Amino acid sequence: MVSYALRRVLGAAPTLLIIITLAFFMMRLAPGGPFDSQRHLPAEIERNVAAAYNLDKPIYEQYAIYLDRLMHGDLGPSYKSKDFTVGQLIAEGLPVSAKLGLAAIAIALLLGIALGVTAALHQNMAADHGIMSVAMFGITIPNFVTAPLLTLLFGVYGLKLFGTDVSLPVAGWNGGQLRNMILPVMVLALPQIAIIARLVRGSMVEVLHSNYVRTARAKGLSSYRIVTRHALRAALLPLVSYLGPAIAQLATGSLIVEQIFQLPGIGRYFVLAALNRDYTLVLGVVIFYAAFIIFLNLLADILYAVLDPRVSYRT
Amino acid sequence: MTVTDIGSDSAALMIRAQDVQGRSLWVDAWQRLLKNRAAVVSMIVLGTIAVLAILAPWLSQYSYDFQDYAVTSCAPNWWNEPGICNAGGTHWFGTDSLGRDLFVRVLFGARVSLAVGLVATLVSLMIGVLYGATAGYLGGRVDGVMMRLVDVLYSLPFIFFVIILMVVFHRNFYLLFVAIGAVEWLTMARIVRGQTLSIKQKEFIEAARAAGVGSLGIIRRHVIPNVLGPVIVYVTLTIPAVILAESFLSFLGLGIADPLTSWGVLIADGTAQMENCPWLLIFPCAFMTATLFCFNFIGDGLRDALDPKDR
Repeated sequence: MVSYALRRVLGAAPTLLIIITLAFFMMRLAPGGPFDSQRHLPAEIERNVAAAYNLDKPIYEQYAIYLDRLMHGDLGPSYKSKDFTVGQLIAEGLPVSAKLGLAAIAIALLLGIALGVTAALHQNMAADHGIMSVAMFGITIPNFVTAPLLTLLFGVYGLKLFGTDVSLPVAGWNGGQLRNMILPVMVLALPQIAIIARLVRGSMVEVLHSNYVRTARAKGLSSYRIVTRHALRAALLPLVSYLGPAIAQLATGSLIVEQIFQLPGIGRYFVLAALNRDYTLVLGVVIFYAAFIIFLNLLADILYAVLDPRVSYRT
Repeated sequence: MTVTDIGSDSAALMIRAQDVQGRSLWVDAWQRLLKNRAAVVSMIVLGTIAVLAILAPWLSQYSYDFQDYAVTSCAPNWWNEPGICNAGGTHWFGTDSLGRDLFVRVLFGARVSLAVGLVATLVSLMIGVLYGATAGYLGGRVDGVMMRLVDVLYSLPFIFFVIILMVVFHRNFYLLFVAIGAVEWLTMARIVRGQTLSIKQKEFIEAARAAGVGSLGIIRRHVIPNVLGPVIVYVTLTIPAVILAESFLSFLGLGIADPLTSWGVLIADGTAQMENCPWLLIFPCAFMTATLFCFNFIGDGLRDALDPKDR
């Protein structure tokens, strides 16, 4: 078991290195330097600026310096936000993005599993068809459509419940108040709810038809006990390996959501950096996301191996 | 049983064989697809959108970048809301903040989105099928190395690399096709490889090899036609994924540049002005969502139609 985990960790390291290398050299392919501007600085100053950012050295040496600093957790200075390092900017955005993402995945898991199990227990009945067609909507409609439409519905036109106006704020973070989080979290969670519901329904239907569930029925266990104690455990296993990709999707989804709702998360910094051509910040965020996604995939794989006794560790 | 009886029996058999002859797998699948109501409706809707998109320059008197400052941010005629100006009879979907006709712009957005979808999918199709078929057919160590590479690429967060590409190369239109196509070929390669592995055990491949056909010839003439079924299904699911990717980039301001437009750009514009001009958001969203649904239903229908297990 331990050697399996170790092998997986060792396998992830080259992937991360490839990502860093690819991203670094792609950034350096960019025509023009980061400090080319309209005004002409004296050649001496330009040389000094280049030297300060190591831009006067050959590219392989720059790469080595970057890697070396990365090892020490230093992502370098931001080219455009002069007083900040990339690390500081990421640290500033991380709590916002993490809060949104965690809330979304928690809601998605709760609702998704509940809907999926309900659909499976009523296979080919009205409830099943209803849930699955709603799930089809959730999967097909992209978040940059749901986000503005939901905002239009709940934010702009407002919603009157019991005579009181409960319309939600259209944008802004406002220190992470619940009211401000509802819409973004809803947009992030919707497609995940749909995907998880489909996944759980599929595996649950399969499990319910398996022999050991029939045995449990034959023993005369109550159907509640069969579902919660016997079927659900096996049916939820595929979810574990889906969690890695789910987090990755949430990360890309948050690019859109943070942009629309103007939330100060990592995704918004990333988009702004991409538009401003702040190369070091883009590079830093890509590496951060990549490391995060790889780590979660790794975690999901190892967790799966621990939970599922049928997986052999020798692969 | 007399001799004449046998003769008429075999004649009947021959007639029946003639009846059956014209029905290949594809004709069969096509007929099954036509029985799927959702798929047929989707094909009609999608066909209509495609025809409208192709004919867009001739359908309206306005061009996609013509700015009429007399009717900026005006609602369509039938939009009865006090305080909002009326765009007049010829702007069917209203106008945007620069007085451009939204109907024409939505259709031009459809042109770009559908074109990106088709071309990038074609790119991914060619790379994926060639790569997957080669890996699956050659097998052994070559297969191991080739698929290991796919595994590594699979774990890269590719949308970020596309974004880097768009940043570095300044929203290059053609690069967009290539970048998205290059992202989408991985799954295609995996599907084709899996199919190829199972097909290459079949007798007709052995027969072809015995007849002296070379590896390339076998891949081209025997393997690829046989993996076409699952590939076609995956293509219909890749096109909406590509359209989504393009719109995603355009929405963030990293895709198509003004005045040319795509659904992503239009939705981004509409989002910015949804409080005053909701029609700018609703029409592009409706077209895009309808298209995505159509592709999904057609893909599902094709999967059912081409799956030999259901016969």
